[in-house]
Amino acid sequence: MNKQQNHQPMLEVKDLRVSFDVREGEVQAVRGVDFHVNSGEVLGIVGESGCGKTVTAQTLMRLIPSPPSRIKSGSIRFLGEEILHKSEKEMQQLRGSKMGMIFQDPMTSLNPTLTVGRQITENLMKHLKMNTAQAKTRAIEMLKLVGIPGAETRINQYPHEFSGGMRQRVMIAIALACNPALLIADEPTTALDVTIQAQILEVLKELRGRLNTSIILITHNLGIVAGLCDRVVVMYGGQIVETGTVREIFSHPKHPYTEGLLKSLPRLDTSKSEPLIPIHGTPPDLVHPPAGCAFAPRCGYAMRICQRLDPALIDCGGTQAARCWLNHSKAQEAKA
Amino acid sequence: MASFTPDPMRAHSTPIFKPDDFKDVDKNHSSGPEMQRESISAWRDVWLRLKSNKMAMFWLAVLFIIVIMSLVGPLLTPFNFRTNDLLNTNKPPSSEHWFGTDDLGRDMFERTWMGATISLRVGLFAALIDLFIGVIYGGVMGYFGGRIDEIMNRAAEILYSIPSLLIIILLVVVMQPSLFTIILALGITGWVNMAWIVRGQIMQLKNQDYVLASRSLGAGSARIIFRHLIPNTIGPILVTLMLTVPSAIFAEAFLSFLGLGVQSPAASWGTMIADARSSMTVFPWRLFFPAIFISVTMLAFNLFGDGLRDAFDPKLRK
Amino acid sequence: MVRYIAVKLLYMLLTLFILATATFFLMKVIPGNPFLGEKKLPTEIYNNIMEKYGFDQPLYKQYLTYMNNLIHFDLGTSMRATHLTVNSIIQQSFTNSAKLGIVAIIVSVIVGIGLGIVSALYHSKAIDHFTSIVAVIGVSIPSFVIGPLLQYFFGVKLGWFHVAGLKEPLDYIMPTISLAALPIAFIARLTRSNMIEVMNADYIRTAKSKGLAKSFIIHRHALRNAILPVVTYLGPMTANIITGSVIVESIFGISGLGKYFVLSVSNRDYTVIMGVTLFYASILMIARFCTDVAYVFIDPRIKLAGREGNG
Repeated sequence: MNKQQNHQPMLEVKDLRVSFDVREGEVQAVRGVDFHVNSGEVLGIVGESGCGKTVTAQTLMRLIPSPPSRIKSGSIRFLGEEILHKSEKEMQQLRGSKMGMIFQDPMTSLNPTLTVGRQITENLMKHLKMNTAQAKTRAIEMLKLVGIPGAETRINQYPHEFSGGMRQRVMIAIALACNPALLIADEPTTALDVTIQAQILEVLKELRGRLNTSIILITHNLGIVAGLCDRVVVMYGGQIVETGTVREIFSHPKHPYTEGLLKSLPRLDTSKSEPLIPIHGTPPDLVHPPAGCAFAPRCGYAMRICQRLDPALIDCGGTQAARCWLNHSKAQEAKA
Repeated sequence: MASFTPDPMRAHSTPIFKPDDFKDVDKNHSSGPEMQRESISAWRDVWLRLKSNKMAMFWLAVLFIIVIMSLVGPLLTPFNFRTNDLLNTNKPPSSEHWFGTDDLGRDMFERTWMGATISLRVGLFAALIDLFIGVIYGGVMGYFGGRIDEIMNRAAEILYSIPSLLIIILLVVVMQPSLFTIILALGITGWVNMAWIVRGQIMQLKNQDYVLASRSLGAGSARIIFRHLIPNTIGPILVTLMLTVPSAIFAEAFLSFLGLGVQSPAASWGTMIADARSSMTVFPWRLFFPAIFISVTMLAFNLFGDGLRDAFDPKLRK
Repeated sequence: MVRYIAVKLLYMLLTLFILATATFFLMKVIPGNPFLGEKKLPTEIYNNIMEKYGFDQPLYKQYLTYMNNLIHFDLGTSMRATHLTVNSIIQQSFTNSAKLGIVAIIVSVIVGIGLGIVSALYHSKAIDHFTSIVAVIGVSIPSFVIGPLLQYFFGVKLGWFHVAGLKEPLDYIMPTISLAALPIAFIARLTRSNMIEVMNADYIRTAKSKGLAKSFIIHRHALRNAILPVVTYLGPMTANIITGSVIVESIFGISGLGKYFVLSVSNRDYTVIMGVTLFYASILMIARFCTDVAYVFIDPRIKLAGREGNG
């Protein structure tokens, strides 16, 4: 349906490495990440806090302040253009118009002293060159689209007059106002009540169908991924440890970390007696990343080689790949 | 940036396997490095941060010198702050009179350190009163809350809404101008800020889990206040004290400058500046010495106070 | 809103009432009175004076008369310059004080906010260090030190300005610097730390994610929020300017209310002391009241009902 889909993905990230310079040294927050997003697709990036998923997302929009951050290497091709070569001016043209972002905490992400309407229209006036009246009409349209009742009056209200869920809807309206090709949603439901979470996910799901916008959904909750995403990328210690379609990942995870994430998730479809199993231990120290697999110290299946050598992403059939020695032919032989 | 650089960490494309590579790790032996940080006690942490702040340490040293000199300084010269020497009036600094003499021939070096003693004494007493009244008043407000807090807060607000120097001036007019009057007046007006800071801290702390836990175990009010709340409020209290001192020094010098404070022959930096003004065209050193010393002293307290605040709450550091 | 204003006004009046009562009784505590001073007055004249000032009345009557006069904005008659009422003294001398004070407030706000914002935007650069030095100096060097030093260097040595007086526009420069140094330091510090905090706020990140230009983000999203808290400093600043003016007017020989106040204190002119104290307190209350009301209008977040009273 889209030309780009035939030739190349809408977004392609290759070997992205981002570090932070802090007093203790260099924190290697993202250590060589490759993934792509096709047009109209929803990609989930899953991992616990500190795994590099937010840094990756903010680097896509070049929102991450530098210093202290530093993009060490890699390439981000978005709509056929290299993001990392763009100037700040060019990025400003892109942000808000071609790519939008929503953040974790809707309580602090909106400016408390400006009306909601102004915060939507400033976007439209800048990128779509609308006049005030046009922008206002469009803003009301957007608020209706994300399911805010009484949009005509709500538009003149301040953020504190909205509930958390409503604010997140406003954030979605802002991000989607210019009809961007890509929406990056960074933990969009984490700060909300469970029932509100479901509503926000519902909004995203519906808009996904209507606007043909690609979405990158960043979350620590695999449960959210299941309902909304086409493909999943699991990150751990600044690397991608597993990637595949939702079906592949959920039915046969190939990385012990993914398996751990799934086991720690309450499920409705299994017998009640199956206990939830937490993943013990702490995430790796990214100032001194381990020589071997970053997950090895917490891994129940760890082998000698895991402590010595960091595995590559190993193809596991289909579109699935996992960064784990267990999938190496030698390991299969040893187990057999 | 986009080019692919060979990376030793990725050199596993053709790994050389060892025979036991694919055997399971012996789980009895520790697997991998433990992530543990040396736990440092809160006070040590504060001290380490303070020590690494060169600015704060420098001004702490300056304060130290001023305190020492206020005690030792007067002993270094054969003169006395009150002895007039009408043959040697308004002498510029010399090897005999290091800071010169004033219009009555009194040694300025002696008088400057006398001024330091008075300033530091006022600062010390103001801080003590601040500590005593402010902490108790604020603690009671914050701990009991509700009606008590509201009434006490209103009273404090009324006191706070009048410029404290006006109240001090009124009191000094009623009583005889003296160091005691100044300290008393400072004590009456100065504690409100401290009370509010303690109140805020305690209100924040008292709903925290460990206090609730302690209360549910049957601990009494006094025990909770002294065991849990006060120790956790020490940081802001110390910082406020450190910033009370320069404002007390300022108030004393202000009043003495107006002739409402320390009376002759005793010397305060405020009176010395006031006396020097009439003849500053001719004898400028009489203005410079007290001016420099009061400024440096206040500077030292303010900057050390800032450093202390940063050390207690590194998040505030900008 | 009406309720909020009414409550604020009520507290203002209560504070003034308490202050008036306190000053009245304080002045009565003093043994004797100014007429018992230096040389003994003939008994008849003394009695006449006592009657004129109502000192022969019982204390509660004196108090009621005093309060009644206050309600009618009558602050009484000076005890030294017996032909002058306190009202007329304030009227005459406050003009100069007000002129100087307003100039100082304007300069403080403009310079303070300007320095604060620039140093926040150029965080850790030369201008930032300059601002921190100004801020530290302003807080640490008292006005009665800055004033004489300015007089010595710029008045006497360089001869750029008149050492004293307030006749031409240039005469305002040195008193204004002495008076504004402290507020500038406070405002610059406050603005700087607010601005840094605001620039790191989530909603600024949101604004960036919309692709807005940096200059637009600063003036539309950051400035207003960073300056807002400065409004709360308006009350304390007025207090600082008032106390400062007491000293600065004496130093620069400006015949304003501050100078008159100092004079009346050393003369023990009790009615003037009481009157001027109340007058100063009223100005301060009005400034505080304006601050509170202004804040409600500027900041949409403030809900009128539950505002924590804290200065």
